[in-house]
Amino acid sequence: MPLDQTCCGQPAFNSGYWDEAVPVAEHFLDVFGTYDQIVSPSGSCVTMVRHFFEKLLTDHHPRAREAGEIAGKTHELCEFLVGTLKTENVGASFGATVAYHDACHALRELHVKEQPRRLLQNVSGLTLVEMENPENCCGFGGTFAAKHEPVSTAMGREKLDAAVGSGADYVVTTDSSCLLHLNGLVEAQEVPIRCLHIAEILASRETTA
Amino acid sequence: MPSYCRDPRFQGDDGLSEARDFLTREREKASDQDLKGILRRTLTNHHLAVERNEAHWIDWQVARSLAASWKHDAISRLDSLLEELETNLTARGTVVHWASNADEALDIIDTVVRENGVQSVIKGKSMTTEEIGLNEHLEAGAVEVVESDLGEFIIQLRGEKPFHIITPAMHLTKSDISALFEEKLDVPHTDDAETLTRAARAHMRSRFLQADMGITGANFAIANPGLISITENEGNGILSASAPRIHLAIMGIEKVLPQLEQLALFLPLLSHSGTGQFLSCYNSFFGGPRQTGERDGPEQFHLVLLDNGRTGILADPEQRESLQCIRCGACLNACPIFRNIGGHAYGVTYQGPIGSVISPNLLGVKEFGHLSFASSLCGKCAEVCPVRINIHHHLLENRRNLVKISPPSTLERHGFRGYSRTMVSATRYRMAVRFARLGLGMIQRVPFLKRFGPIQKWTASRTLPVPARTSFLEQVAEERKS
Repeated sequence: MPLDQTCCGQPAFNSGYWDEAVPVAEHFLDVFGTYDQIVSPSGSCVTMVRHFFEKLLTDHHPRAREAGEIAGKTHELCEFLVGTLKTENVGASFGATVAYHDACHALRELHVKEQPRRLLQNVSGLTLVEMENPENCCGFGGTFAAKHEPVSTAMGREKLDAAVGSGADYVVTTDSSCLLHLNGLVEAQEVPIRCLHIAEILASRETTA
Repeated sequence: MPSYCRDPRFQGDDGLSEARDFLTREREKASDQDLKGILRRTLTNHHLAVERNEAHWIDWQVARSLAASWKHDAISRLDSLLEELETNLTARGTVVHWASNADEALDIIDTVVRENGVQSVIKGKSMTTEEIGLNEHLEAGAVEVVESDLGEFIIQLRGEKPFHIITPAMHLTKSDISALFEEKLDVPHTDDAETLTRAARAHMRSRFLQADMGITGANFAIANPGLISITENEGNGILSASAPRIHLAIMGIEKVLPQLEQLALFLPLLSHSGTGQFLSCYNSFFGGPRQTGERDGPEQFHLVLLDNGRTGILADPEQRESLQCIRCGACLNACPIFRNIGGHAYGVTYQGPIGSVISPNLLGVKEFGHLSFASSLCGKCAEVCPVRINIHHHLLENRRNLVKISPPSTLERHGFRGYSRTMVSATRYRMAVRFARLGLGMIQRVPFLKRFGPIQKWTASRTLPVPARTSFLEQVAEERKS
């Protein structure tokens, strides 16, 4: 794990500050460029590297070729486990009912939908349930969460209500950014559910959660 | 000033006031629980209809790809297709007009009105006429204008703008409409939709027969043979186009397709994505005025081809794809932001995701670029778009274009500069992590700090995260040392 890693540049890129995102993306290329496979527990970061690096570092950029290469070898955690390593059972145990939230970038930009569900289904003691409209956005959206707070909050509440309605103890997803927003709502509004990243469950050896 | 701003209901004093007004409307609409209930019901029904209708397609994804490639092809040779359309339409006696902006289009329509002594107009549904502010303009010139699409008729009676490009009165309930008809048309109160529709029909019928001119939009135009195609469900479009002695249609230049056969795909595609129907009830082609020996049809047929910013989009390779839009409204129906605030909040003719892509490029990036930020970038819009426009990616480009000429705030600009300088160095990043940990801890202890900037907006409904004592990277680094 390269200790010089920082960020992929997505916060600036998504907010329109592409000139500010370019050096961050270049730093990413410096740090990760030499590795054969790159894995991230965030569909959003992977989307940035896989799809948006080439928008940012276009044909005119001296490192456009490197951006193209790194796109092909960067994977979201679940897609790497199931797709590359062909592992659907990581030997985890977690005794709870869990609803999986499809994080937007993982779902629509990376087509990660089945992989996390298969991994969760193979966790000992875990019951996977589907909430209503699991593919609906949670309302985080980066600076959107602050700039358009009323809508962001409404979307988050809708997501949490669906998760609670499914009978789940936990709402789980591939992205910390969704969880930052959802957990903030859970705590402030005392919603009876807890939020976890899928990696926390896959690393768990607890039989009772 | 962009043409749309002529409407005093949406007028702003400077570029930034548009953004502020949007936020005010957004806050107000997002807390309107009645509106939310109506939108939820209507959109759920819509989604179910679309889902059911998907069985009619052998492969919906292939249909989308084909439609996208045909539209792409048409857009890339728009100049020659439009000339072909003009030649073929002119040969059958249609008068084709070219308008480079809204004012020119209004002048052209004024001339037709004046030369023919037009006093009353019946209208088919057309967002392009909304775009140029036609109704207000004609009414100011003492021409009576009656909308004949039921939804448009309802909002015309209310003095409102369309709430949705396909479903203009989506925000109203049956009892809202009954109250309106009671007040404006003397119709006794009823909750029966059919009775209400019959009342509107009775009111409109005489207007169809008396109108001097019918004005419609066009969903598609075919270069060869030269014709326009109108899709509707009420029959009012055919009547508007054929009952009065003059038919004038106005369309954006991006709507032309080369071949008639392509409508075999595009008509069901539009119906599917727009309303979840296999095919809308009426799909009519108009290729000219009444020909010698024909018994009916208008004496004159005019077609106004409107640019109004579209060639600017055509010239931009990044944004060109947005001209593929067939105005089906699917992205509005799918959008979680639209579902929470509705169409009026946007303050532009074309609402929702595609509106946020094209409005800044049609009306001005500085004034309307803020709409590109009214998205969580979830990508649901692109997923449902029948012509595969990468809507949310174009929003990202719009954001960049706005930031280049006018960053939303100084704080934000400095923030991202600082971010950029921090993230290019591992040492600075580690320091920033420690600093953020301290900062977050301090904000937790001193609630007063929650009153500022983005922190205030975040904490209005959410807690801030409690930072971990050591980060994952720090733990790995520590392990390696030992």
